[in-house]
Amino acid sequence: MTSEWPLWEVFIRARRGLSHIHVGSLHAPDAAMAVRNARDVYTRRGEGVSIWVVPSDQITASSPDEKDAFFDPAGDKVYRHPTFYEVPAEAKHL
Amino acid sequence: MPEAYRKTLIRQIAQHAHSEIIGMQPEGNWISRAPSLRRKAILLAKVQDEAGHGLYLYAAAETLGVSRDQLLEQLHTRKQKYSSIFNYPTLTWADVGAIGWLVDGAAITNQVPLTRCSYGPYARAMVRICKEESFHQRQGFEALLTLTRGTPAQKAMAQDALDRWWYPSLAMFGPPDTGEQVSGGHTEQSMRWGIKRFSNDELRQRFVDMTVPQSEVLGLTIPDPDLRWNAERGHYDFTPPDYDELFRVIKGDGPCNAQRLAHRVAAHTDGAWVREAAAAYAAKRRAETEAA
Ligand SMILES: [Fe+2]
Ligand SMILES: [Fe+2]
Repeated sequence: MTSEWPLWEVFIRARRGLSHIHVGSLHAPDAAMAVRNARDVYTRRGEGVSIWVVPSDQITASSPDEKDAFFDPAGDKVYRHPTFYEVPAEAKHL
Repeated sequence: MPEAYRKTLIRQIAQHAHSEIIGMQPEGNWISRAPSLRRKAILLAKVQDEAGHGLYLYAAAETLGVSRDQLLEQLHTRKQKYSSIFNYPTLTWADVGAIGWLVDGAAITNQVPLTRCSYGPYARAMVRICKEESFHQRQGFEALLTLTRGTPAQKAMAQDALDRWWYPSLAMFGPPDTGEQVSGGHTEQSMRWGIKRFSNDELRQRFVDMTVPQSEVLGLTIPDPDLRWNAERGHYDFTPPDYDELFRVIKGDGPCNAQRLAHRVAAHTDGAWVREAAAAYAAKRRAETEAA
């Protein structure tokens, strides 16, 4: 048999209160083995308290080629940031 | 992504991944003979890290559209290379210390600049690797220090290890930048692409400058009668490694090339039933859940 084990993307929560962050990928025959392998490959020094694995082919991503057009709508809306507004210095806690 | 850039990255990352995996062998040779339980646990952890490094790097290479099976196939059929340093034998326990101190030290010197290379998945893998390599280098230095502070025979064993590993470690930085032995290498192109940031000789010099003072702490003598501080340059002058030997070992004529590759292929072949059984079990479980 030459077919490879499927690829999984690994997400790790470093500590309680933080979100899971993508750390890399690995091959495993099934989800349970992917979690175990992820522990051995990505948390050998206590880097995490929780692991998610997701089959790589289940991820839908935005297209890198359309990056500019895709994110363009936010480009000219500086008024969405608090720093856009000028307020007198004596107005505190704004 | 330009095709030539992609190809160069695949070659470099694959060679790097293969080196991590093959690099487990010389040290693995001493796990069952480590002098104490403490040293054995440390060595196991280090060799396990090297397996992890290989996996980070294979995963980075796969993002470029090459499969794991293809990469292993290229290693097993000698179409892709691994670092020539791992074709030298580990004759004594002191070699384990010398490898950690010198070989991992040289690897760190090579790899730290790669954490800022132009290809993100490779750079991110290098960040993880460099953090872990620091443990590798320190445990090796400590193991040698223990020997140099031991009996005269132990100190002699440490010196013998340094004598054998010094020049192969210098050769890890590759052929020189100038002179007849410049190989038709990829340095210039790779520098323009931001894959390589310093030349071989710059990195070699950096390694020597870092390592000589450490050898003094160990009380060991670097086997180079021409090694001396050059105040004008602000660097140590040193004898370069034998590049003809480097090219011979790269071509397959080192002391352990055949043994290393045969062992790797055997491990892969002997493990085939495990991979197949795990895949069959996963398929069966999937069928069961779908039927339910
Ligand atoms: Fe490594
Ligand atoms: Fe290492």
